[in-house]
Amino acid sequence: MRVPLSWLREYVDLPAGETGRDVAARLVRAGLEVETVEQLGGDLKGPLVVGEVLSIEELSGFKKPIRHCFVNVGDANGTGEPQEIVCGATNFQVGDKVVVVLPGAVLPGPFPIAARQTYGHTSAGMICSARELGMGDDHNGILVLESHLEPGTDAIELLQLVDEVLDIAVTPDRGYCLSMRGVAREAAAAYGLPLADPALLDVPPANAFGYPVKVADPAGCDRFVARTVTGVDPAAKSPIWLQRRLQKSGIRPVSLTVDITNYVMLEVGQPLHAYDRGRVQGTILVRRAEEGETLTTLDGIKRKLSAEDLLICDDSGPIGLAGVMGGATTEIIDPVLDPETGEVTGSTEVVIEAAHFDPISVARTAKRHKLPSEASKRFERGVDPEAARAAAQRAVDLLVLIAAGTAEAGVTDIAAPRPMRTIAIGADLPDRVAGTEYGRETVTRRLQEIGCSVVGADVLEVTPPSWRPDLTDPYDLAEEVIRLEGYDNVPARMPNVPPGRGLTEAQRFHRRVGIALAGAGYVEINAYPFIGEAAFDGLGLEKDDERRRTVKLVNPLNDEEPALRTTLLPGLLGALRRNVGRGNTDLALFETGTVFLPKAELTVAPRLSVERRPTEQELAELNAALPDQPRRVAVALAGERQPSGWWGKGVPSGWADAVEAARTVARAANLELTVRQAQRAPWHPGRCAELLVDGRVVGHAGELHPRVVKALHLPERTSAMEIDLDLLLADGVRKVSGPAVSAYPVATQDVALIVGSEVPAAEVEAALREGAGALLESIRLFDVFTGEQAGEGKKSLAYSLRFRAADRTLTADEASAARESAVAAAAERTGAVLRGA
Amino acid sequence: MSAPNKSYDPVEVEALKPEVVEQARDEAFAAFAAAADLDALKQAKVAHTGDRSPLALANREIGALPPHAKAAAGKLIGQARGAVNQALARRQTELEAERDARVLVEEAVDVTLPYDRAPRGARHPLTTMAERIEDTFVAMGYEVASGPEVEAEWLNFDALNLHPDHPARSMQDTFFVQAPDGSADSGVVLRTQTSPVQIRTMLDRQPPLYAVSPGRVYRTDELDATHTPVFRQVEGLAVDEGITFADLKGTIEVLVEKLIGGHLELRWRPSYFPFTEPSAEVDLQCFVCRGESVGNPDRPCRTCSSEGWIELGGCGVVNPRVLVAAGVDPNRYSGFAFGLGLERILMNRHNVADMRDMVEGDVRFTLPFGMEI
Repeated sequence: MRVPLSWLREYVDLPAGETGRDVAARLVRAGLEVETVEQLGGDLKGPLVVGEVLSIEELSGFKKPIRHCFVNVGDANGTGEPQEIVCGATNFQVGDKVVVVLPGAVLPGPFPIAARQTYGHTSAGMICSARELGMGDDHNGILVLESHLEPGTDAIELLQLVDEVLDIAVTPDRGYCLSMRGVAREAAAAYGLPLADPALLDVPPANAFGYPVKVADPAGCDRFVARTVTGVDPAAKSPIWLQRRLQKSGIRPVSLTVDITNYVMLEVGQPLHAYDRGRVQGTILVRRAEEGETLTTLDGIKRKLSAEDLLICDDSGPIGLAGVMGGATTEIIDPVLDPETGEVTGSTEVVIEAAHFDPISVARTAKRHKLPSEASKRFERGVDPEAARAAAQRAVDLLVLIAAGTAEAGVTDIAAPRPMRTIAIGADLPDRVAGTEYGRETVTRRLQEIGCSVVGADVLEVTPPSWRPDLTDPYDLAEEVIRLEGYDNVPARMPNVPPGRGLTEAQRFHRRVGIALAGAGYVEINAYPFIGEAAFDGLGLEKDDERRRTVKLVNPLNDEEPALRTTLLPGLLGALRRNVGRGNTDLALFETGTVFLPKAELTVAPRLSVERRPTEQELAELNAALPDQPRRVAVALAGERQPSGWWGKGVPSGWADAVEAARTVARAANLELTVRQAQRAPWHPGRCAELLVDGRVVGHAGELHPRVVKALHLPERTSAMEIDLDLLLADGVRKVSGPAVSAYPVATQDVALIVGSEVPAAEVEAALREGAGALLESIRLFDVFTGEQAGEGKKSLAYSLRFRAADRTLTADEASAARESAVAAAAERTGAVLRGA
Repeated sequence: MSAPNKSYDPVEVEALKPEVVEQARDEAFAAFAAAADLDALKQAKVAHTGDRSPLALANREIGALPPHAKAAAGKLIGQARGAVNQALARRQTELEAERDARVLVEEAVDVTLPYDRAPRGARHPLTTMAERIEDTFVAMGYEVASGPEVEAEWLNFDALNLHPDHPARSMQDTFFVQAPDGSADSGVVLRTQTSPVQIRTMLDRQPPLYAVSPGRVYRTDELDATHTPVFRQVEGLAVDEGITFADLKGTIEVLVEKLIGGHLELRWRPSYFPFTEPSAEVDLQCFVCRGESVGNPDRPCRTCSSEGWIELGGCGVVNPRVLVAAGVDPNRYSGFAFGLGLERILMNRHNVADMRDMVEGDVRFTLPFGMEI
């Protein structure tokens, strides 16, 4: 809602020095979101005056028509002599009144005006277009004024070029503030000043000879006022003041009748519709549409109607979508000038509709037909049904005043009975909600200020005003009191919070995962979870891969990415690629976040009641309709894990780093990860590890498949890991028993074993461990090699075994025996033979 | 060695003459002083304190002296040998210190050499910002709650007093999830706010409830410098007996003080959210211009668009209808709730100019934030 300050002052006698910003600040504190305060004509400087065109000499020989004019500007130029002006527009005639800017003036831009030589003549000023004056984007040439104006009159004042406009974002509960009347009421309350209510008009009572109207759906339309004005002069134009107010409010002036309906809507908040009476056939009927009916709306679009749409009809059928948009067949005809006769033709008899429609019905219709209009916006948020009569009267008055029309005596007013809404509120409720003391008197006064009638003492019986349909329960009223008293005046206090449990085990674990990975040199990213088939193709997933089963969006931002991720890898690899593209080459990235896995059986979430707590059964049905959303962590690496430098050669990142990242994550829960050779897209078939905890697969790691690397334009040998944190932590963090630390000396024994190259090192180590028995303190693989020395199809694994007893110094024989036992176990289970044996 | 001889005159033994002893001692001093390094000192040590040194040889002569002369000679030799040993030890210490100093100098390195061998990592500032806010509330006794990002419409809207035709429901540009039949009637959306976690928290158990819930939320905005379709909020909820708007004000003030510092003003504006009543928007005084850009075209402020205030988030007293839908008795309990935009707090607290930097995952943006914020 755009509110010109000059217009607002008509209803509230604001202090003279009060600027737009001052008013905005007050309104903001009262809860109106004033987004901007626009300064109109802020850099405008006169002289800017009304001029009368005395002569026009058409100059030829130029690329475009040029006029050399003399204009009477009265005494405004100091001499009283005609002003010589060269002009490039042609839409004015001798005798027209125009706006002239004289040398020394500054137009909005800023654009200073000076006398200059042009097209062989002196041009001492300019004849202005509306756009040059900052009056909107209308550039249909020169602005021609009403003929009765006196040359030399100050045009800045006349055209109200200097003003301030408050742009207010009205929240959905404050429909009444989509009008000057509503904003003025708030301003009056904020300043403690009286309001001159524009809807307080003398209106003749309803009678039987108004335009015939029948309301077949009183639930959808509980008020319908119709008034008729005849003898409207189609040549009558909207006066400057009216046009200017519309322009400042962001509405383009069209024709007098339409301008008046718009003006009254802005003034009192009641959307009006004007019909050309000559085009309406018979009784106006308000009813629901029948399935399959159509209506061509004002915008020329033929719309298929739904049975839920509320219609305005006449004998010919639908003539309007109630509260949303009128139909084309009965609209006011734009005035047309016959150039030969000079006569203007157009609608001369007008029926004004001021009705009240059900907000929900209007909202649905506007949404269904994607037709948000100024009218629907207001009806959705609640229009004052009691203002309908006044609004119609105001429109009639303006048509009579400006267009020389005659108001017909007939007044149609169909009103469905509206129950009185009375709310009982404890006089201390605002105190209890705010945590402060206002007292009954303040509460009563504030409620009266917003238009409520209030009776009672400890319990107040409050009847909200007709324009506040949002006030339905005691808390609504408490809020009004608290906001008008000012949030700044509510004290600040701390609640008495009982001792909390702190973070949960899982929350602490999630933090440790991030800290551990960052400590290991990974940088966290947050990718969008939107994904498309192309990402899965890039990862080389089979057509039936379960990760292709996704949660899909109805309205994705990007049609190429209509689904939610089932793996973190595409987003992570995208970030990796972006970094590489920007010259960051050695990369280790990680992301934690949820993936979205559709349930095996897809259901729809029920719409439950809000009048009570749902049952457990109902909640289970809600949750059953949601996908599983486990939390995952993934890493991606490329380039060097350790750069080369003065200390020596660097180390490229690779599959082992990806697997180690998984171990790092598992260690954050004190869990040991088991690693198994596996094959799974998008990983390299020979360099993919399956990651297990207690026998359950929790993720995969390794080097990416070369085809994936190529398809996704990643650096060679890019590696990645993805692990499910929920699965990992399914049994909680492992509780560690403190080890008994032996102070006896260690006995170290090395073994080098030859095994088949296909034998996993993890199995060899497991066998050694088991064979070595309780004396084994630790085992470490310190060398691996293949080649001639190991033998064809073999590899050599060299281990260092550390033995130690808790209660004695081991003898050499004991250590050797344990070692032999370890080797024997490895031999038995993996076919290992001691190198050199 | 000669046998004791009672008539033996010690003066007659050349090696025990005081001047000879003194000379031997002084020669030892001179030799130690002359030793330039530890090797030379070792030779001097052998020559002057070894078995064949003059003083050692002189010491042997004492045994042959008559008893009355032994004491004096013993004292003479003993003192001399003591002085020599002391001199030796002193010189030894001196030379060792000299050697150490020389070696350490030789081992000196350029400690300013850069060393980026271990890769540096960092956590995303939005993650650590959320944790900082969590910690502030956990310290007050709150718990950290969470809920799903793909959420039932009932929880995201209806239970929060946003009925299907509520104008506010279309204001929020919602991503709808496809129903099994491909339509939009799945009853499931990407949550547009963290507020459904409020409902889940209340459904979970009875008051007193004090919980914060950071998380990702979704709106159909295109990514630009100040908008992102995926962003983060922190939701807070307190439900207990006697909770008021004043409690909300106090709590937000404490949060802002801990998070940003107490030096900036807060502005409380009445606003509208269906799930709170009264509702408020909290603005923080612009940390860049402190409001001085307002109405001052010569000093425009890009951070607050010359409005002087930066929106922190929305909050209010929980609407009793919300309590009812979540199974909390509104006659006994009341509550407050707030939702803050994490991106905006990060932008303000750390001068981040462009929202896209938080989204794109460029390591150059994230690395400086390190492990904590």
